Amino acid sequence: MSDSTPTGSSTPAGGPAVGQDEWVARHAAARVFKSGPLASAEDRLRQVPWWAWLVLFLALFSLLPLVESSGYVRRVAFDTVLYMLLALGLNIVVGWGGLLDLGYVAFYGVGAYAYAILDSPKFGIHLPSLLVVPLVVIIGAIVGLLLGLPSRRLTGDYLAIVTLFFLQLFQTLTTNGDSAFGHNITGGPNGILNVDPFHVLGHDLAVQHQGVFAVAYLYVALGIFALVYIALRFVNRSRTGRAWRSLREDPLAAEAMGMPVSWLKLMSFSFGAAVAALTGTVFAALNASVFPLSFYFVLLIIIYTMVILGGSGSQPGVVLGAIVVSPALELLREPSKGRLLFYIVLIGGLLLMFRFSRRLGLVAGATFVLGLVLHVLASAHDHRWVAGEHAGGFAGVVGHWVVVPSHLASWIAPTTYIGLIAAVLLLTLVSGWLRLVLLVPTLYLAAFVWENVMLAKPEPARYIILGLILISLMVLRPNGLLGERRVEIV
Amino acid sequence: MSEPATQAPLLELDAVDTYYGQIHILQSLSLSIRAGELVCLLGGNASGKSTTLKTILGIVRPRNGAVRIDGEDVTKRATSYRIGRGLAIVPENRRLFAPMTVLENLEMGAYLRGGPSKEDFARVYDLFPLLHDRRSQLAGTLSGGEQQMVAMGRALMSRPKLLLMDEPSMGLAPILVERNFEIIKQVHESGVAMLIVEQNANVSLSIADRGYVLSTGRLVLEGPAADLRENEELRKAYLGR
Repeated sequence: MSDSTPTGSSTPAGGPAVGQDEWVARHAAARVFKSGPLASAEDRLRQVPWWAWLVLFLALFSLLPLVESSGYVRRVAFDTVLYMLLALGLNIVVGWGGLLDLGYVAFYGVGAYAYAILDSPKFGIHLPSLLVVPLVVIIGAIVGLLLGLPSRRLTGDYLAIVTLFFLQLFQTLTTNGDSAFGHNITGGPNGILNVDPFHVLGHDLAVQHQGVFAVAYLYVALGIFALVYIALRFVNRSRTGRAWRSLREDPLAAEAMGMPVSWLKLMSFSFGAAVAALTGTVFAALNASVFPLSFYFVLLIIIYTMVILGGSGSQPGVVLGAIVVSPALELLREPSKGRLLFYIVLIGGLLLMFRFSRRLGLVAGATFVLGLVLHVLASAHDHRWVAGEHAGGFAGVVGHWVVVPSHLASWIAPTTYIGLIAAVLLLTLVSGWLRLVLLVPTLYLAAFVWENVMLAKPEPARYIILGLILISLMVLRPNGLLGERRVEIV
Repeated sequence: MSEPATQAPLLELDAVDTYYGQIHILQSLSLSIRAGELVCLLGGNASGKSTTLKTILGIVRPRNGAVRIDGEDVTKRATSYRIGRGLAIVPENRRLFAPMTVLENLEMGAYLRGGPSKEDFARVYDLFPLLHDRRSQLAGTLSGGEQQMVAMGRALMSRPKLLLMDEPSMGLAPILVERNFEIIKQVHESGVAMLIVEQNANVSLSIADRGYVLSTGRLVLEGPAADLRENEELRKAYLGR
C-alpha cells in the first residue's frame, strides 16, 4: 500500500477509458487533498512509518518509571498496558472480524485461571513461565475455537447472546468450581491465591521491589505488547487479515469469492481469545491471585469503550483508546483531578462542536457571564448559597463561578440531575439559534450538577463521565479517534 | 451451437428443483453453457433468476437434480469448491468491499488461489487501464461505472472459465449500461464463457450467443439470441415493442 495518493489527471490519451467518469476524474484531486497548514502537517505525519511510531511510543512509555517513582503511577501504567493488550485482542474479533463478542472477558479469565492453576501451590504445580505462557496461549486459542464452533453460523445479535452466555457460564463455573465433582478446582468465590510470579531460568520476577511496584513487570508487559502489536500487524496485512475485513464488509460477497466464511470467523475468535489469555497470564502473575469477579461485565464494557473510542479496526486507534480511557478512569477517582477532566471534556466538546468560530465565543462568553450573574445574585440573597467548600487553585476559581451551596436541600440533587438530562435531550431536538441559546443554561446546569451532585459520589460519577465522553465522541467522530474511514457504497 | 457435444458443458443444470422452505422456486430447470459461450438468462421480477445463480454457486442446494461443472457433479459441494473449479461471479449491485482499496478488492478475488500473481493484475489492468490509476483509492469512493469495472476485475482475478454476471445493468445510467456491455463483450472475447442474468433483454440479447427465458421458475423459451430477438412473445413481454 505504498502507492502514492491517486491523482485525478489520469484520463488516458484518446478519450476516456471505458466506463471512465469524467466528473469523478476531475474532482478526484479536490477530494483527496486538503489545504492549510494543519492538513500539510497531517500529511507529513502520515508519512512517518508505523514502526517509528511504535518505537517512539515504547521509548516514551519505558522512560515513564525514570521520571515518576510513585508505585501508584507505575501500577496505573502497567494496567494501561494490560488494557492495550486486551483492546488489541478484542479488535481482532470486533474490528476485523466484525463479530459482536460479548464473552471476550471470559477468555481473559481463562488465561488467568489457567496460569494460576499451572503455577501455584493450589495443585503444587510450578511450571517455568517460558513453558506455561505459550501453553496458556494455546489453551486460550482452543477455548476460543470451541466457543466459535457452535456460534460460527450466528451473526449480530444472536452471536452476542451466545457469547454473553459464555461469559456467564465462565462466572458460574469459576464461582462454583470449589466443589466440582467433589474437587476444589477454582477455589470458588475465594479464587486461587499465592500464584507464582513469572520465573524464568530459576529467577523469580518479584512483584514488589523495596516496597514499591516493580518496574520489571511494566517492561515485561510492554515487551509482550510490542510483540503482539507487531505480530497482529502482520496478520492484518496477510491474506487472512484482508479476508477478515472483506468478511466484515460483505459476508455474501466474501463467500462468493470462495472465502471459507465459517473458518475465518473461527480464526478471529481464536486469535482474539489467545491474546486475551496471554494478557490473563500477566494479570495473574502480577496480582498473585485470581477471583471470578475480576472478569466481569464492567471490564468488558471498559474494553469495548476503548475499542470503540479509539476506532474499531485500527490498531493504533484501539491502543490510543486504552491510553485515554484507562488513566481517565484512575483520574476520576479523585474529585480534584476529576473536576479538571470534566471541564477539559466540556470545553473540548465545545471546541470540537464549533471549531474556533464566532458562535463558540458567543456561547462561552454568555455561559461565563451567566455564571457570574447567578453567583452574584445567589450570594446577595444568602451568603450560605455560595459557601460550599472552596479549596484553593482551580477549584477556588470554579467556586467563584458555579453556585455551590454549603447545604443542599434534598430535592435539589435529583431535580437538577434529571433537569440536566432533559435539557440535553431538548438540545438534540432543537436547532439553529434556539440551540445556541439553550446551550448556555445547559452548560451552566452541567457545571452545577457536576460540582454539587456528581462530585459528592465519585464512583458512579466516573462511569457517567466515561459514558459522556463516549457519547460525545461517537456523535462527533463516529469512527472513533483513529478509526478506518467508513465508506458506504451508494 | 450445432456441433456435437464431444465435451461436457462447462456448466450444466440438470432438471434442478430448488425450494425455499415449502415454496417451489425453480421447477425442473435445465440449462447448459459451453466453453467460450456468452449466454443470457432473462426474466422479470420473481422469475427465479437470482435463485438460479444461487443454485449454481451452491448458496442454496437444490432438492432434486444436479449441478455439473465440466461434467463433474458438484451438487453437494460448497461454494468455495465451485469457485475453485472455475466459476466466478460479479454480484448484483457489485458488492465491493467499500473501505478497502481497489488493489485489495482485486486481491480478494484471487483469494482461493492463495493470492494473485503479477500476470493476473496485468490481465485485469489491460482490460481496465483505469483500475491501475485508481488502485490505491478506496473502492467505495469510485463512481458507479468504475465500481462495475472493479467488480468485474475482482471476478476475473480468479481466472474463471465461466463468469456469472448478476444484473450488470442494474442501477446504471443508460450510457453506462452500454459501456458496461462493451466491457462484457471485451471480456468474453478474451475467452471467458459468460452467463448474464438480466432483466434488460434488449442489450443482453444483442451481444449473447444464446438465451434462456425464465418465468416463475420455469424455462419458457430458449434458443439462439437472434431467434429470441425476433420472438413475438418475448418482444411483447420484455422488449416493449
